[in-house]
Amino acid sequence: MVRRFVRFLLCLVGVVVIGGAAVYFITAPNALPESHWANLGEPDLKNGEMVFWTGGCVGCHATPGSEGDAKLTLSGGLALKSPFGTFHVPNISPDEKAGIGTWTLAQFGNAMKRGVAPNGQHLYPSFPYNSYARMSDKDVNDLFGFLKTLPKSTNVSPSHELPFPYNIRLALGGWKFLYFNDEPRVALAANVDDRIKRGQYLVEGAGHCGECHTPRDRLGGFEAGKWLAGAPNPEGKGRIPNITPGAKTVGSWSEEDIANYLETGFTPDFDSAGGSMADVQRNLAHLPKPELEAIAAYLKAVPKQ
Amino acid sequence: MRVRAITAAVLIAGLGAVGVAIAAEEGTHDARSALMKKVGGAAGAMTAIAKGEKPYDAEAVKVALTTISETAKVFPDQFKPGTETGDKAASPKIWEDHADFKARADKLSADAEKVLAQLPADAAGVGGALKTLGGNCGGCHEKYRIKTE
Repeated sequence: MVRRFVRFLLCLVGVVVIGGAAVYFITAPNALPESHWANLGEPDLKNGEMVFWTGGCVGCHATPGSEGDAKLTLSGGLALKSPFGTFHVPNISPDEKAGIGTWTLAQFGNAMKRGVAPNGQHLYPSFPYNSYARMSDKDVNDLFGFLKTLPKSTNVSPSHELPFPYNIRLALGGWKFLYFNDEPRVALAANVDDRIKRGQYLVEGAGHCGECHTPRDRLGGFEAGKWLAGAPNPEGKGRIPNITPGAKTVGSWSEEDIANYLETGFTPDFDSAGGSMADVQRNLAHLPKPELEAIAAYLKAVPKQ
Repeated sequence: MRVRAITAAVLIAGLGAVGVAIAAEEGTHDARSALMKKVGGAAGAMTAIAKGEKPYDAEAVKVALTTISETAKVFPDQFKPGTETGDKAASPKIWEDHADFKARADKLSADAEKVLAQLPADAAGVGGALKTLGGNCGGCHEKYRIKTE
């Protein structure tokens, strides 16, 4: 009797260990190998700067409240409140101690495209790697090169303030298993216009537009089938608008209206961008007009919501 | 007869204007949007010139800049204490940081007057002025306007 019980117990332990190992294996941080990042050559800094403005890195990483050129010091420090707790944006200036000055391209690339920190841990998806995963390796390399040219800051941001269970980084593997991928967000016809493809690359990748414009479920993943359908404002009152062709406002804008809005900040009836979009628009205004037109063309091509 | 008809028309138009003013009571969303739409209309007129959709017209530019300057001056009066609720597009920060809110409106007015004092002489000049003035729009809307749809 006792023997049988011990055997049962051993089996149970075995199942738990093997199951746990399997879960860990499936959800472990999955960095791309060093070799993946080895042959990208010298970064094109001009392109890196354009990637930088597409991503609007300053929006979160600049010193809170800074303006003009001071915004280029990516000291971090902004507190991002969320339903899961408060995230404190890190310093990504080239400072060797406080920033990312000693990071290798592989470390930077794996943070951007795999959500894996240099120490091998999962990063929180408040850093939108679930969009950046769609960026080309070249753009990541160029961006990394450009970031290194920016001023250093010695600011050290506080640790994230997250209640249990959100403070367990290992659990992010489960989140990634559910939500993380680098597939296109919408299936476009293969023969679709190159401009629309370029727009898709910008919007779904570096631009990470969906991070605010797509509604999320209770675990913080995108709701299926609601791409760019609009969502509650994560920073407080109001809403982030629907920007698909079915939208009440943006849906009635022409491609030219959208591109013009991104360039100037003015809507077709001369309202102006507000809230967090004001900063996004100022960043996007650095891009050449054809890039903004590509974004507009893509927004006209996504499914109506 | 004709004079009478004209007088009547003017009176009716006048009453209509008063009616609109009464409909949009001070400190409401409608009154606030009506003022912002005036600024938007002025920016639209200047944009049409900057883009070459309309020929350069010094008088039109003057009118637009004056509208912006004067509207910005009175706009903060729409946010007196006691009008905090009822307008979902107005952030509570307007009342929490009213000095900054008012300073921003004053700056827009002053910027418009500065441009007015050295009136842009061509379409490109109008475009440059729009950029200066437009920065005020985004700056204020970023902090104080809530998107509701």
